[in-house]
Amino acid sequence: MPVREGIYGLLAEFDTPTELVVAAKASYDAGYRRMDCYTPYPVEEAAEAMGFDEPKEKGVSRVCLLGGILGGLAMFTLESWISIWAYPLDVAGRGKFSWVAFIIPAYEWTILWAGLSAGFGMLALNRLPAPYHPVFNAPNFRNGATSDKFFLCLEADDPRFSVTETRSLLESLHPASVVEVEH
Amino acid sequence: MVTPGISPQNPKTPPGIDPMVDPVTGEQRVIAPGHTFRSVTDKLTRIVLTPHTPLGWFFGFAFAGSFVVMLLVAVTWLFLKGTGIWAITIPVAWGFAIINFVWWIGIGHAGTLISAILLLFKQKWRNSINRFAEAMTLFAVVCAAMFPVIHTGRPWLAIYWLFPYPNTMNYWPQFRSPLMWDVFAVSTYATISVVFWYIGMIPDLGTLRDRANSKFGRFIYGQMALGWRGSARHWMRYETASLLLAGLATPLVLSVHTVISFDFAVAIMPGWHTTIFPPYFVAGAIYSGFAMVLTLAIPIRKFYHLEDLITIRHLDNCGKVMLATGFIVAYGYMTDIAYAWYSADKWEFFMAWNRIFGPMGWSYWVLIFSNILFPLTTLWSRRLRHNVAYLFIVSLIVNTGMWFERFVIVVTSLTRDYLPSSWGTYRATRWDYMTFVGTLGLFTFLFFLFIRLLPMIPMSEIRQLLPGAKINEAELQHKGGD
Repeated sequence: MPVREGIYGLLAEFDTPTELVVAAKASYDAGYRRMDCYTPYPVEEAAEAMGFDEPKEKGVSRVCLLGGILGGLAMFTLESWISIWAYPLDVAGRGKFSWVAFIIPAYEWTILWAGLSAGFGMLALNRLPAPYHPVFNAPNFRNGATSDKFFLCLEADDPRFSVTETRSLLESLHPASVVEVEH
Repeated sequence: MVTPGISPQNPKTPPGIDPMVDPVTGEQRVIAPGHTFRSVTDKLTRIVLTPHTPLGWFFGFAFAGSFVVMLLVAVTWLFLKGTGIWAITIPVAWGFAIINFVWWIGIGHAGTLISAILLLFKQKWRNSINRFAEAMTLFAVVCAAMFPVIHTGRPWLAIYWLFPYPNTMNYWPQFRSPLMWDVFAVSTYATISVVFWYIGMIPDLGTLRDRANSKFGRFIYGQMALGWRGSARHWMRYETASLLLAGLATPLVLSVHTVISFDFAVAIMPGWHTTIFPPYFVAGAIYSGFAMVLTLAIPIRKFYHLEDLITIRHLDNCGKVMLATGFIVAYGYMTDIAYAWYSADKWEFFMAWNRIFGPMGWSYWVLIFSNILFPLTTLWSRRLRHNVAYLFIVSLIVNTGMWFERFVIVVTSLTRDYLPSSWGTYRATRWDYMTFVGTLGLFTFLFFLFIRLLPMIPMSEIRQLLPGAKINEAELQHKGGD
C-alpha cells in the first residue's frame, strides 16, 4: 500500500450499541458509503445499518465449499491412484479399487480443507493480518474498541466527506467524542 | 466516561433473594447480575495481564511439570529399549497404548461438542466454558496422539507408512487399514480444533493487546491478534466462519470416535465386531469429556473466583449432559451382552461371560459401578447437581470408569480369544503407568500455561450475553424516524 498522508476519517465514539446503530443508519441515509463500525462483539444491526449484508456476499461460504470439494476429491484421487497404480497390493485377488474404505480419509480431508478454507478465507477476505490500521492512531480507540465502546468511522475517501460538515453530522448524533484519525 | 447503561435491565437483587436465581423464570442465571462490558473485560484480562502470578499457580505448574519430566524419562527409555518395556505382548498386543489413546481422544470430544454443537443449537450458556473446553480438546488430542506414535517404537521411521508422501523407497500407505483412517481422523481433528480455537480467540487477543501494560505484552498479543480491530464487516464474516467451522466440527467429532471404534469393530475379535461400537464410543467420549470439563472447571472457578461467570447453571447443565450420555453408554453395555446372546456364537457368549466373571472381571464391575451405578442414580437429583463437591467427585469417578471401559474392551477380549492355547493375561509394567500418569501431567502442565497466558473465558462472547448488548428497538425506531 502506498504511504498516505493526511486525514483517514472522523471517528465518533458511542457508549451503547443502540446509539451506534442509530448513527450508522443516519450516516448511511445522509449518503455516506465509505464507513465502518468498530464494536467489541458482533453487532449485526450495525453492519446492516451501513448496508453490508454478509449472507449476500457469500465470500466465506464459497471459499469453504470450494476447499471442501477440492480436499475430498484430492484425497480420494490420491487413494485410488496409490491403490491401483502406485502401490497395488494383491490380497487374495481382491479388487484394488476398494472405494468404500477410501471414503473415510476422503471425508476427513473434505472437512479439513473446508475448515482451513473457512478460517483462512475469512482472514483473507477481512484483509487480515493487518498489524497497522489508521484507526489505531485515534487516542481513544484502543481504550474501548475491544472492550466496551462503540465506534463509527466516516472515511475521508467518501465523496461526501468534508471535515466540517461530516463532523457536524456526527456531533448531531450524540457521540461521546468525535476525533480526526490521521493516516 | 459513563459505563454503558446496564442497570435498568440488570438490577442488583435486593438482599434476602438468591442473586443467582432469575426471579422471572426461577432458573439459575448464566452470568451473575451486575456485570458490565468493562467489568467483564477487567476481570478476565487481569488474570492474564497481572504481573503478580498467584503462588498457587507456580505450585501447580511445578507439580504438573514434575510429571512431565517423568513422561520424558519414560519415553526416552522407550526409545532406547523398544516397546518391550511395556506389558504388550501376544495375546495383548495393544494394552495401555490404545486404552489411553481412546480415553484421551474421548475426553477431547466434549470440548468440540460444547464449542460446535452447542453453538449450532444456540445454547448461549456455553459461552463461558467453551474456550477452555476447546483448550482441553487440544491438550487431550496432544496426549492421545502421542500414544499411537510412540507405540510405533521408532516414530521417525513410522512416517513413511503413516503419511502418503513420495519417498525414496517408493512405498505408499495401505488405505484399507483402520490405522490409516485414524491418522487422517486424528490429524484433521487436531488441525480443525486448533483453527477453531485460535479464530475464536482473535478478538480476545485484540483486547489483551489493547489492555497490556508492557511493551512486550503489546507486541506479542498484537502479533497474535493479527490486527483485529472489531470492524462490523469483519465481525459478520467472522460469525459466518465460526458457524461454518462449527458445522464442520460437528460431523468431524462424530466421525473421529466412529473411526476409532472401527479400530475395534473392523477386527473379528469376539466383543469387538459389533455395529453398536460407533454410537456407543461417541456417547462414551462425550460422557467422559463432560466429566473432564467439570474436573477442570470446578477448581479453576474457585481459584480465580470466576463463580459469577462459570455459574451453577453451567455445572448443572454439564451434569445433565452426563446423565443423558451416561444412559446411552449404559444402553451400549446392555447391547454388548444382548449381542453376545443373540449372535448364538459360543465365542461371543464366552467373551461376555469372561468379561463379567472371568479373571479380569473385577475391572468390569469397577466400570459398572463408576459409569452406571453411582453417577446415573445420583445425577438425577437437582440438589446434588447443584452441589459442587459432589459434581467434582462424580467427574473423577466417571473419568476413572471410562478409562476402565476401554481397559475392559481391550484387555478382556484380547487375553482370551478363540484358541485356549493362546490365552494369556495382562499386567501393566511401571513404564506403562509412568507414561500414562506422565500424560496426565502433560495435560495439566499445558493447561496451567493456557490459563496463565491466554484468555480462558471468551470475553467477546460473554459481552453478547450481557443485558447491555441488547439493541434498544424503541430507541432505534424513535431516532430512526427523526
